[in-house]
Amino acid sequence: MTTEQDFYAGGADTSGGKVFTVSGQDWDSISEGLSDAGVADERVVVNMGPQHPSTHGVLRLILEIEGETVTEARCGIGYLHTGIEKNMEYRTWVQGTTFCTRMDYLSPFYNEATYALGVERLLDVEDEIPEKAQVMRVLLMELNRISSHLVAIATGGMEIGALTVMTVGFRERELVLDLFELITGLRMNHAFIRPGGVAQDLPPGALDEIRDFVALMKKRLPEYAALCNANPIFKARLVDVGHLDLAGCLALGMSGPVLRSAGYPWDLRKTQPYSGYEDYDFEVQTWDTCDSYGRFRVRLAEMHESLKIVEQAADRLADLEGAPVMIADKKIGWPSQLAIGSDGMGNSLDHIRHIMGESMEALIHHFKLVTEGFRVPPGQAYVPVESPRGELGAHVVSDGGTRPFRAHFRDPSFTNLQATSVMSEGGQVADVIVAIASIDPVMGGVDR
Amino acid sequence: MTEEQNQPGNRLPAEEGGVHAIGERRGMFGVSGTGDTSGYGGLRQPVLYPGATQRPFGGWFDDVADALEQRLADGELDLAVEQVVVYRGEITFHVRREDLLAVAQLLRDDEKLRFEFCSGVSGVHYPDDRGRELHAVYHLLSMTHNRRIRLEVAVPDADPHVPSLVAVYPTNDWHERETFDMFGIVFDGHPALTRILMPDDWPGHPQRKDYPLGGIPVEYKGGSIPPPDERRSYN
Amino acid sequence: MGIEEKLPSGVLLTTVEGVAGYFRKASFWPATFGLACCAIEMMTSGGPKYDLARFGMEVFRASPRQADLMIVAGRVSQKMAPVLRQIYDQMAEPKWVLAMGVCASSGGMFNNYAIVQGVDHVVPVDMYLPGCPPRPEMLIDAILKLHDQVQSGKLGANRLAQIEERETAALKALPTSEMRGLLR
Repeated sequence: MTTEQDFYAGGADTSGGKVFTVSGQDWDSISEGLSDAGVADERVVVNMGPQHPSTHGVLRLILEIEGETVTEARCGIGYLHTGIEKNMEYRTWVQGTTFCTRMDYLSPFYNEATYALGVERLLDVEDEIPEKAQVMRVLLMELNRISSHLVAIATGGMEIGALTVMTVGFRERELVLDLFELITGLRMNHAFIRPGGVAQDLPPGALDEIRDFVALMKKRLPEYAALCNANPIFKARLVDVGHLDLAGCLALGMSGPVLRSAGYPWDLRKTQPYSGYEDYDFEVQTWDTCDSYGRFRVRLAEMHESLKIVEQAADRLADLEGAPVMIADKKIGWPSQLAIGSDGMGNSLDHIRHIMGESMEALIHHFKLVTEGFRVPPGQAYVPVESPRGELGAHVVSDGGTRPFRAHFRDPSFTNLQATSVMSEGGQVADVIVAIASIDPVMGGVDR
Repeated sequence: MTEEQNQPGNRLPAEEGGVHAIGERRGMFGVSGTGDTSGYGGLRQPVLYPGATQRPFGGWFDDVADALEQRLADGELDLAVEQVVVYRGEITFHVRREDLLAVAQLLRDDEKLRFEFCSGVSGVHYPDDRGRELHAVYHLLSMTHNRRIRLEVAVPDADPHVPSLVAVYPTNDWHERETFDMFGIVFDGHPALTRILMPDDWPGHPQRKDYPLGGIPVEYKGGSIPPPDERRSYN
Repeated sequence: MGIEEKLPSGVLLTTVEGVAGYFRKASFWPATFGLACCAIEMMTSGGPKYDLARFGMEVFRASPRQADLMIVAGRVSQKMAPVLRQIYDQMAEPKWVLAMGVCASSGGMFNNYAIVQGVDHVVPVDMYLPGCPPRPEMLIDAILKLHDQVQSGKLGANRLAQIEERETAALKALPTSEMRGLLR
């Protein structure tokens, strides 16, 4: 295609200066254009994205570069804005779970958990959540932490060119997703942690699968360490890249592995525990270099800690055979259980027999909860959780109705991404990619 | 009293302190006019939010409130905090917008308070709260003392200006841009207040209650389902 | 050993269209257009368990000019729609579009101001794949169905005839809004 026919090739004169769209094999036209207007002394603004393989989703990076050095870096976000928060205002409280789960799509259980915890606080039923539901929440959240960190490491590796890390990471992630599918029915975006408990009981055989998984991961996780930790190319690309010291982290409101890579052991699971985290034995992982390498090591270590927690949760679940997983209050707890029938998945026949034949109240509760939903007293609550990326909190406001009046999610990726400018300016263009990969933003959470 | 409290066995806890009525609930399941033979369409219930809590608040809330009161009195900002609400184990300080910056500076710098971490701004639009429609809610965390508080500022629709806290908490940069984008609250003093989630030339502020959800009806094999905001619904 | 042994006198007869279709489908390079959750499932389909490389598709070309297939994986917001069109225009003929997931096919669960209700408002779509997100196996199934379309694509004058035939058939077909009484 010649430049005359191609709408996007060739230069264009705009009010901000001459714009070149690079499409390949046209470097001469660009260098001619640059030397023409004497713009060679001026700085070049490079636009990366929003469609670009090296940005974590649809992130637009506007870089002003001089040679290979970045003088200014800005993020353009909003390309994935879905209006989830406004959509939740038109759905019942339980249906809200299905929406919020798709925000930060790599850690769906955390979105659900912070929302459910906020709703439970407003309902004042925090003490009545059954123990098995709490343990299952912890189990699923920690498995999610493992899968999320695996994606962070895998995509980080891919972006610097280490494609083996990607294939190995996704191989392990498949094991976690198989567990999710076994327990919740879906690989991603499970609407499983609901206000009142969790949606389904643990299926038979799940504990054995979990234990097999833990044993296998204990052999597989050291592979990442062996592949990357002392790898000279890996270290050359990650050490001293994206440096952000503790003062900078606190000023920018960073949390999660970025803050812990600066040496500060702030982890909400330890400092403000929720869902029974105070009963589990694990360490907060920190590193003392405030760079991308530190964040990588923190994530790797956190996966080991998560594995420990998963093991402890599985042991506790073994003693909780047959315990309820939803709150006892029938006016709040989601009534039905799903089962695999002849035509796929649907309401279990036991439940249908119960509501149709045995109990009128159960039928009424089922009807009212599914159509109208429960009512939450007016007020607001904010219960943050420690997601793999940092502090994720849902500010839930109720006006006494069956729908959230306002559900705003304080997403860690949104806040952490503000550090891009600080981490990238003064460095090389290639380091921008590494710095962003070390923040590990998920654009679904950033844009919501 | 809301209707639910009269139903036996229903989970409505006792209110701690006063109530603050904003708006009312009309009807129950979207029926109105002559088609409503149930009578539920005529139901009118006030929406009662938790109101000001009386001292003592309990626990460390008193320490924080005392320290804040003292510092404010030193700085002659006695009227800065309009009311304090303690509900469900969380404390909310309703602050006047003129004094917001000073209050935030105090909360961050004083050793007894030390709320170094701001989790961001959340906007809420209460269309029935005449004269105070737009609320900006800040969640502050003290890592030193391991505490959380909430600040709430209410501004009218006609004059939606709130001082920007970017000078005190730089993390609020994008959060304030988002609140401006979604609600139209203008943060005075923000370095670059532009739209962040919607396209730059988008008209309106989407998360306000008077902005439609904007869906389209879904047709499937002859049946048509209206978008979520136009369906009949429970109130 | 292989097909070479079975050929009579070492001669294989085929059509140019058959060979062209075969080459196009066997080396069908996708352009990276992963947006949201579906993008993760697309990446796992390229991963080791559900391997897209066995179909010649593990190479996700970053530059749209080198890609054949654009898999729109995820929800397309109003801000992203012009970018989507720009990427589609930059792809060279022949090109195909696969709308992966319900958000790309029809707007999905997000029936609101921020999401384009189906990318067919922006680009012409050859294959719609429902699911939220669709499993990697579903994605591979959709790609294989698209392979059939690619294989059967004609060249030159035959292609123009094929396009016209498909258009008249589509114009004559009963629109979905006219299909009534089928809910039972």
